[in-house]
Amino acid sequence: MIGYVLLGLIALSALSYVLGRRRAIAAVQGREPELHSRPTYHGAFVAAWVGIPSILLVLVWLVFQGTVIDTLLLWSLPPGTTDGLDEGQVDLLLSEIRSVAAGNVFGEPSLVVQAAAERYQAWQTIARYAMVATAFSVALLGLLFASRRINPQFRARHGAERILTGLMIACSLIAILTTLGIVLSLLFEALRFFDRVSPLEFFFGLNWEPQIPIREGQVTGGGSFGAIPVFAGTLLISLIAMLVAIPIGLFAAIYLTEYAHAKVRATIKPVLELLAGIPTVVYGFFAVLTVAPALREFGETIGVPIAPNSALAAGAVMGVMIIPFISSLSDDAIAAVPRAMRDGSYAMGATRGETITKVLLPAALPGIMGGILLAVSRAIGETMIVVMAAGIIASLTANPLEPVTTVTVQIVTLLIGDVEFDNPKTLAAFALGLVLFVVTLALNVLALHIVRKYREQYE
Amino acid sequence: MSDAQTINRQPRAANWASDAARRRVRRRYAADRRLQAYGIIAIALAVGLLGILVTSLVSTGFPAFVQTKVDLAIYVDPSKVDPKDPANGNFRALVREALAPFVPEGATDKQKIDVTKILTSDAPYIVRDYVVDHPDTVGKTVTLPIAVSDPYDQLQKGVIPKEVDALSWSQVRYFERLQTRGVVAEEGGRTSLKLEVYVDPARIAAGPPPSGDFAAVARDSLQAYLPDVHDTALFAMLADDAPDALANRVAEDPSLIGKTAQVIFPVAKPFAQLANGESPKVLNPRFTSTQIEAFDTMVAKGVVHMPFNWELFFNADSRFPERAGLAGAVTGSFYALLVCFLLSFPIGIAAAIYLEEFAPKNRLTDLIEVNINNLAAVPSVVFGLLGLAVFLGYFGLPRSAPLVGGMVLSLMTLPTIIIATRAALKAVPPSIREAALGIGASKHQVILHHVLPLAMPGILTGTIIGMAQALGETAPLLLIGMNAFIPSVESMGILEPATSLPTQIYSWADSPERGFVSRTSAAILVLLGFLVVMNIVAITLRQMFERKW
Repeated sequence: MIGYVLLGLIALSALSYVLGRRRAIAAVQGREPELHSRPTYHGAFVAAWVGIPSILLVLVWLVFQGTVIDTLLLWSLPPGTTDGLDEGQVDLLLSEIRSVAAGNVFGEPSLVVQAAAERYQAWQTIARYAMVATAFSVALLGLLFASRRINPQFRARHGAERILTGLMIACSLIAILTTLGIVLSLLFEALRFFDRVSPLEFFFGLNWEPQIPIREGQVTGGGSFGAIPVFAGTLLISLIAMLVAIPIGLFAAIYLTEYAHAKVRATIKPVLELLAGIPTVVYGFFAVLTVAPALREFGETIGVPIAPNSALAAGAVMGVMIIPFISSLSDDAIAAVPRAMRDGSYAMGATRGETITKVLLPAALPGIMGGILLAVSRAIGETMIVVMAAGIIASLTANPLEPVTTVTVQIVTLLIGDVEFDNPKTLAAFALGLVLFVVTLALNVLALHIVRKYREQYE
Repeated sequence: MSDAQTINRQPRAANWASDAARRRVRRRYAADRRLQAYGIIAIALAVGLLGILVTSLVSTGFPAFVQTKVDLAIYVDPSKVDPKDPANGNFRALVREALAPFVPEGATDKQKIDVTKILTSDAPYIVRDYVVDHPDTVGKTVTLPIAVSDPYDQLQKGVIPKEVDALSWSQVRYFERLQTRGVVAEEGGRTSLKLEVYVDPARIAAGPPPSGDFAAVARDSLQAYLPDVHDTALFAMLADDAPDALANRVAEDPSLIGKTAQVIFPVAKPFAQLANGESPKVLNPRFTSTQIEAFDTMVAKGVVHMPFNWELFFNADSRFPERAGLAGAVTGSFYALLVCFLLSFPIGIAAAIYLEEFAPKNRLTDLIEVNINNLAAVPSVVFGLLGLAVFLGYFGLPRSAPLVGGMVLSLMTLPTIIIATRAALKAVPPSIREAALGIGASKHQVILHHVLPLAMPGILTGTIIGMAQALGETAPLLLIGMNAFIPSVESMGILEPATSLPTQIYSWADSPERGFVSRTSAAILVLLGFLVVMNIVAITLRQMFERKW
């Protein structure tokens, strides 16, 4: 339905382009040079006035239709129906009305609900027709307005270009809107979570058992939201990943920039970057299929029990994924050290190794640190590897052979399946998401700051 | 110390030829070589790990590209299938009759049903679909290739063995420990255990005939030899008639009750084989002997073959690994990427043109640039939370729909496209702009007519790379529920529940059936194949159209 409306508006807009062009040519009896702007611009101007306001109207309508109908519906309920109900119960009533209106009747809905459902259905139909009517009348109004302005002196090109600039500004604002959307949605849901669970418990509690009864009579744990074990697990896995990635990435970068033949460098670098191009779900499966069983078998032969979803397996595979980040960023940092420092070191009779460890690495250290911070933020935010290979139960341990859980694993497990936005279990995921967003953002800002400052130093 | 003093100090003449100096130099160069070696080891590790990853995926995924099938000659019995209404025929019975030639003689009804389990559980529906499409086959015999069920597929491919070790590693260890203690002996033609048994009067009554729980007493006496073992698998060592040995002994000599006596217990058959130096085998518990006999008959008659598994590409998902395919996942990914492209390509180009060509240097544009750079580094799961809270929660868009998936992915690809477009625009030399401006073009005309077409190859390359990243994204799609079970492709649409390639990989990886392990690897190979093709297209595009000014 909505799709057809939008298609219709686009078709109308295309039609008005042709119309505008024709009208412009007709206005000068076919002598095009007498027009201020070429006919195409007249057409584009009319098309923009037909298409843009009406399509915007449809989108805004779609956003607000639900809220408006819900409010009207609440007003229309017999007085006293919603007395003494809190917000969640009102939401429940509304969703019951909606599902009855959609024809999914469970049990025997009350007469009030049935009547409301009928009203809801009627209003939906009215709203739909009203939207179509308004959208097309706005489009026609735009057509009337724009096409009446067409005359040989009209500066259609300027008009069309102004509209285009406006559209481009709107597009670049999407980046801000996205960030705003992320911050607001996370903050809003997290605040609702902290209404129910105290921030003190969340940030300092040692017990994470988010399975709380959703329906009455369901047997689950008490539901406690102390996120320390989750944070600790995230740090443990990230630490293991960095222990794998930093030495391999750094030594690989040193070899490639300082020792390797140009040909070797040209073949090895893209191969390392392949590691960054592999989707993380593939790494997750690799961890489950190959790495975890191999570790387990190794543990059995030396008599150490290793859990099948140990932090070690997930962290090690994550480290492999991160190698290219470290190696390419260290590579850049080492290559950015001025030639003069290198030459000075060789002139003093230092070997290549001494030049690297005593001159290049200290000089490149800020850049390398920036790269490592970026990699840490990548590791903390990485999701699929840990969802597939790490544990779900939050346990506070520093033993890498035991399963631990991470922030991202908890977000995914709390939100998979049907979710209701009014229980702490769902909202907890958003609180974790907020922490994740803030931490990774801080790490990124810090890293970019270090890298930029260091680059300025040598430029 | 003043500078003058430093300079005046006479340096000691260095003897570069001394042994100590030589050693120092050798040590320094050894350190240099060591560093080089570390670098080579690091690269070898990274490349080796990539190699292991690819090899393990290829070796597990390769078998899924073929599928074991049985050419089944099916007589479409008019008494079971009504030619006027073929969809409602009794196809289960048709399949059972078609299997009759392979069923061993004298099989019971239960065994006959077991034999039908060699074929996929979908077999009757495959026959039904064929007969519905070809109604003229009623009353004739048709030969259809029908997929076998997962265990037989794996058996034929050699992934799982027909016979497994009868004894666990620890059972073998327990037996070896008994052997070293000299308890195991050949008695009366049977391998036996000579155990000291305390015949507990509390548990065994004298009779006659003697009664009581002889099995428990026998077990306890065995346990006494291996007190550290707490494993019921130990008792599998005693043959079924072992308690009788004790009962007979007590019946012969009732005075043993209350005393400790040596009793000779026969050992179960697999352990006896072990004692004779054989490695005992039993039939894999996933098969029954009737099934294996029937399957061997099929193989002997030459109806079992392994064609290329086209169904992997043309079937949608299924609960049965032998019938599961990727069509639904590929379609879902296609829809989501289409939405993603339609949104992020125009928006990304428009934003990049504004920021690169028009934007004045002010707070707002600075803010936009910082935002774009930061968005590129936000974890993907956070975008999933955004999609869940805003697109599903606030706007009320349908859950699991490719539309929402594409919208979330487009927010993630946008920074990539904007950054690539800006770089491409920057690379167009100013002389082009100046020439166009010089002959009277407006700024918009310069950009739309001259700069943008020249920058297009770079923009397309960046877009394809962004799309390739979006194709592999999993976490945001999981959060908005784009991992639905889609058993048929026909019902899919941009607003209908869908799945995608990476989320399908995730769901299959979670499935317990052995066959899905192989399918998952195959799905990953397909995904990687798409990524490789997209990247090759991007690189070729760059090389073909990139101009050096």
